[in-house]
Amino acid sequence: MRVIILGATSAIAACTARLYAKEGASLLLVGRDENRLSQMAADLKARGAERVEIAINDLASETDVVARLSAFVDQLGGVDHVLLAYGILGDQSAAERDLASAEEILRVNFNSAAAWSLAAASVLEQQGRGSLVVIGSVAGDRGRRANFIYGAAKAGLETLIEGIAHRFADKGPRAVLIKPGPTITPMTDGMNRKGLLWATPETIAAITHARAYRGSSIAYAPGFWRYIMLIIRNLPGAIFNRMDI
Amino acid sequence: MTHFVPHDDFRSWGNVLQVPHAVARPSWRDQLANTISTGRQQGLPLLATGLRRSYGDSILNPAGGMIDMAGLDRIIHFDPDRRLLRAEAGLPLDVLLKLFVRQGFFPPVTPGTCYVTLGGAVANDVHGKNHHVNGTFGRWVRRLGLLRSSGEELELSPTEHPDLFAATIGGLGLTGLITWVEIELIPIKSAMMDVENIPFEGLDAFFDLAKKSEENFDYTVSWIDCLAAGASLGRGIFSRGNHSASGSPLPDRGNTRFNMPINVPQIAMNRHAINAFNALYFWNGKRKSGGARVGLHPFFYPLDTIGRWNRLYGKKGMYQYQSVVPPAVQHDATKEMLAAISASGQGSFLAVLKTFGASVSPGLLSFPMEGTTLALDFPNRGDDTLRLMARLDAIVLAAGGRLYPAKDGRMPAQMFQAGYPAWQAFSKHVDSGFSSLFWQRVSQM
Repeated sequence: MRVIILGATSAIAACTARLYAKEGASLLLVGRDENRLSQMAADLKARGAERVEIAINDLASETDVVARLSAFVDQLGGVDHVLLAYGILGDQSAAERDLASAEEILRVNFNSAAAWSLAAASVLEQQGRGSLVVIGSVAGDRGRRANFIYGAAKAGLETLIEGIAHRFADKGPRAVLIKPGPTITPMTDGMNRKGLLWATPETIAAITHARAYRGSSIAYAPGFWRYIMLIIRNLPGAIFNRMDI
Repeated sequence: MTHFVPHDDFRSWGNVLQVPHAVARPSWRDQLANTISTGRQQGLPLLATGLRRSYGDSILNPAGGMIDMAGLDRIIHFDPDRRLLRAEAGLPLDVLLKLFVRQGFFPPVTPGTCYVTLGGAVANDVHGKNHHVNGTFGRWVRRLGLLRSSGEELELSPTEHPDLFAATIGGLGLTGLITWVEIELIPIKSAMMDVENIPFEGLDAFFDLAKKSEENFDYTVSWIDCLAAGASLGRGIFSRGNHSASGSPLPDRGNTRFNMPINVPQIAMNRHAINAFNALYFWNGKRKSGGARVGLHPFFYPLDTIGRWNRLYGKKGMYQYQSVVPPAVQHDATKEMLAAISASGQGSFLAVLKTFGASVSPGLLSFPMEGTTLALDFPNRGDDTLRLMARLDAIVLAAGGRLYPAKDGRMPAQMFQAGYPAWQAFSKHVDSGFSSLFWQRVSQM
């Protein structure tokens, strides 16, 4: 098993990497912080990974995604799974005042992620096997005042991955979008994280790892979010707009 | 992240004190300096925590800021030839077991739960059932990283900054932030234990068994029935074992199988229930006594099978009382304590008796010393419980013994200072940017 992890130092990616390490996979960790990637690599090797490579890349700003991805595949000696796990929550209220920061949220979470996903799709399609796993969000299911710019990017990503899964349908590879609910990660630090709806990154990682191998193309994480979001998506606007959620 | 966020559900294991805390959760070593300086700028005295198995207030710091080290759990390096493991301070022992037992390595010292971090094991200089062979955890620490609130980052070892090293081992996290730890592991031939359980009818029999067992068994410990009175006073089950020379190299799963979903109402933990449990446990142990080959977890970590077992003690929580008394008076002092507990009718099913060996602990505030240690849980029944513990204090003090800070949430300052004559030497090494509720209490003159 050879896995490329784009945005490896994110909490969900780091936990998922440990699950791959446990089964003896070879990993390529991609991110911006060489120091942190090296620390992760040493840990993953001790936890059973056969081989751990690192690559320094500012994924959200890469201009030649196709060439870079091809270099990643060469560095790892082939690829079976590609996990895309980077993203920023951004500051919704600042983004409403300042278009530049709104565009930043869209660029990181959608444009750049879409470019990597499309490039990865071509690699997997060409080899006729493998999985593309992308971290989305329940925030993409319905626009809410608290985070709809972030949500819009994740909604776009969902349509894109759905489309790639459709494109793959009769070809062998798989594409999966994982949609975590609120998760206790550095991204949400400072929020009130109490209650049953908050998941640990380990929980999301277990679902991400399992879905990389099998299952349908959209996975809520944990699974109960499917039912919560079903209700939220179907609330009439007259009711939804009066709710403070 | 590096900033401090209020939490109103931050508790120690005993769950007696329920107060809000400001908690920071860094994930990377390069964030720690920033976490500390953020705390300093906000005027918060700091303290690190791991898996919060300390029972009392040594890991509470409501007026300051807590640094939750759970996110720093990476292995940095392992050298199988020298058996040296270097890892971030938040690495839990259960992960260490999962990764290294199959390679033939085991922690040199392990406490009665595997849900402790390396940093916590150092800060409390923990001991285990093999104290008479391997001494305390701190004896196996070869190096560690310490970040002081001044921003200074130090590497400590028995030869580099030896005084600060001795203060940091068992130093309750007060000398600065322990960032990583290098320990020496011990080799094992299998993941199985050869164990014998022997019922005994009184303290004489216990001390006799302890003496006879220490030569040929690496691990010894006893459960005692702390409510038995009269002729049965001090009855219990002596358990001794060694790592098996053969058998499966793979660790048993040892996962927590069941989580206590709720706090048990305190009325369920009454004298009769505990008495009945203890009698049953004793007779069952007697029926099943003898030798057996068991996995690591049932021998070392029986309580870990029930997640959050502290909830058995209800909403008001519990105290643990762990004392050690020197060899010359161990028999009489232990007998006196058991008689006082039995007479009070307060007690628990988790009463543990063990002899410590002569190995000198490396930390200025290390708890273990040669003698006999007794550990008991008491449901928090307010003043009645505090009065019983004050009665026990008097016995321990007269015997020249001391109490274990990791378990304590109430010992008076004079009890601490009498038990730890090095405390003033220690206090010179306390980082002025760090504090705990425990330290504020026991360092009062």
